[in-house]
Amino acid sequence: MAVLTEEQTMLRDMAREWVDNEAPVTAFRRMRDAAPAERYDSGAWRAQAEMGWPGILVPEALGGVGMGYVSLGLVLEQLGRNLTASPLAATAAATSAILIGGSEAQQTEWLPRIAAGEVVATLAIDEEPRFAPDRITTEAAGGRVTGTKEFVAEGDGAALFVVATTDGLWLVPEGEGVTRSARQMVDSRSHAQVRFDGAAGERLAGSDELPTRVTDRAAAATCAEMLGMAEAAFEKTNEYLKTRVQFGQPLSTFQALQHRMAKQFTELELTRSVVEAALEAIEADRPDVPQAVSLAKAVAGETLHLISRETVQLHGGIGMTDEHDAGFYLKRARVLEAQWGNAAWHRERFARLNGY
Amino acid sequence: MATAPDVEALADPLEAFRVHAREWLAANFPPSLRGKDNAMSAVEGPTELSDEEAAWKHAMGEKGWGVPAWPKEYGGGGLSRAEVRVLHEEMARIGAWNPIGGMGVMMFGPTLLEYGTEEQKREHIPPIARGEIRWCQGYSEPGAGSDLASLQTFAEDAGDHYVVNGQKTWTSGGQWADKCFMLVRTDKTKKHEGITFLLVDMDAPGVEVKPIRLISGSSPFCETFFTDVKVPKANRVGEEGQGWTIGKRLLQHERTSLSGGGSSAGRFFAGTPLSELAKHYVGTDEGGRIADADLRMRIVRHEMDLRAFMATLRRAAMEAKAGQGPSATSSIMKNVGARITQERAELALEIMGMAGLGWEGEGFTPEELAQTRGWLFGKAVSIYGGSTEIQNNVIAKRILGMLDHQ
Repeated sequence: MAVLTEEQTMLRDMAREWVDNEAPVTAFRRMRDAAPAERYDSGAWRAQAEMGWPGILVPEALGGVGMGYVSLGLVLEQLGRNLTASPLAATAAATSAILIGGSEAQQTEWLPRIAAGEVVATLAIDEEPRFAPDRITTEAAGGRVTGTKEFVAEGDGAALFVVATTDGLWLVPEGEGVTRSARQMVDSRSHAQVRFDGAAGERLAGSDELPTRVTDRAAAATCAEMLGMAEAAFEKTNEYLKTRVQFGQPLSTFQALQHRMAKQFTELELTRSVVEAALEAIEADRPDVPQAVSLAKAVAGETLHLISRETVQLHGGIGMTDEHDAGFYLKRARVLEAQWGNAAWHRERFARLNGY
Repeated sequence: MATAPDVEALADPLEAFRVHAREWLAANFPPSLRGKDNAMSAVEGPTELSDEEAAWKHAMGEKGWGVPAWPKEYGGGGLSRAEVRVLHEEMARIGAWNPIGGMGVMMFGPTLLEYGTEEQKREHIPPIARGEIRWCQGYSEPGAGSDLASLQTFAEDAGDHYVVNGQKTWTSGGQWADKCFMLVRTDKTKKHEGITFLLVDMDAPGVEVKPIRLISGSSPFCETFFTDVKVPKANRVGEEGQGWTIGKRLLQHERTSLSGGGSSAGRFFAGTPLSELAKHYVGTDEGGRIADADLRMRIVRHEMDLRAFMATLRRAAMEAKAGQGPSATSSIMKNVGARITQERAELALEIMGMAGLGWEGEGFTPEELAQTRGWLFGKAVSIYGGSTEIQNNVIAKRILGMLDHQ
């Protein structure tokens, strides 16, 4: 665990308590079965907004609490633990773009409403099923954006899009020229196709590096959620092995299984370190952010892959049933692994950044 | 084009059989069904057969070639191992497939042929050979999964019949089955020796089936409840208390078929090769190689693993044919088959990115949606039929002679 300030400790504990009491996995299951159009519980999102979470990155002067990325990660980790369907990660990623590239007018227009939870925002980058930020064909001309974005996280409920075009990132609010089509995916969350057909937008300022800086922040946020998921899935398995009796004794007495749990725990600890390090690098705006993020996303991807598989396998038949939660972790894990570059993609970038 | 049979070739009985098989298949297998085998049919339940499919199934059933090695007097093909191999070669040559399968063929039939009475064989084997009847397996219980011998379903002796009470789970295809072969407890004082092997009609009063929904969204498995179900003693296979021995023998047949080591080796790995899939979804570099170097090498490792697996299946089959007794490989092959099946699904999913994670509705091709469901259902292959952990125990203790933890 990173060394936290008193404020951060309070934030984490509050988030943990809320998630455990108000957003258990049964709440996710209810959302899945009810399948609201936006694919999250809007009442729960209002509660998150009241606790100030959408404003964690937003400066106090603009209605936020200005606590930074480590704090954001602490909250996302707690949401990940119980698979809480929340647009917080997507909104925070879009917030990063406005904070880095937005003019004073753009920031004043959008950030207070985001911080208040009135506007759900998201990134619209990918045009293919795989993360490929260097293959963008969406165009912007004369204040109009045209192109189709695939698998936009929270695309069903978002009112504001940060759209990657051949001319940098653009801010496009919902309205004329913006059409969304729901995509039903294995994790039961929102991943819409969004079409921009001459939609009115404004360009975000910033160098050629802006898109990368933004997707790195989105990837780090995803890592925090993955860390929480891996941790909770691991704990559930450990509890199960202590209670399930076979051959006259609890499964947790078998050394072969003990060693597998020890291996997972080891990977989990390594993951926590690199995920926290990436968030700290971003918070300090250090030059090694790309390396730190690629390290974290590759390691978190492998660890959550291992742990989510083992969660199903070690629960045996019950883990295969829809009635049990193990499948939810497995399904969400694969989506987050693919989002913002999978482990292979980040290993490749890490190699390039280091001149291998 | 039919050619006149070579007189010299016909002098070899095996070649004569090949000519016969080729002619019979040409006359009976509709070319329109070429390659239309559905590997998931065993878990997806009954599907509507087209007229051509029904005719093909009927022809194979009458000929006995759905179970080619089973004795002719019970409706099998009565073929030798060598003839079975030739039949498979000839079927593969024209893309023909076996329309007769299921648990009766894979597991129950071979076991009953070994342990059943003459009457039982005459009653139960022919309908299996003709593909007319579906069997399900009543083994696992909520408290007796990997530790199968802990089962509690009790059969009370009531003179000429038993009265069965209890609950089974993971009854594959229970909602579609006509009959169930099951292990029950007839003696509560002994663990392994108190188990008996019974055959139960699924429509008997007191049998109730409840499908279990899986993470893949499908429900091929059931919970099955038995309340005062009457089972005639004529439906007991072997002696009372001998069920564990018979049941274990059946599990060997199960492992062999689940590893792909049966006649259908390779069907689980059919479909677009991963390398082609990767070239389509990931793209290629200037040299025509899969653009993602890391993924490319993992596909190569997987392909090599698969070839080693297939080579081992072939070696085991040849050793068995040479009379060196049953190979010690069934546990190993179950594990390797499970590993390769799951790895293939995960690699395909990684290759396809978000397109491999669709659940239903617009935006995904039918192949992409099938990939998602297949990946999730495939998580079961390392759990059912004796989990990977249980097979490793079998390997360590029975093959390697390793000692129990003291």
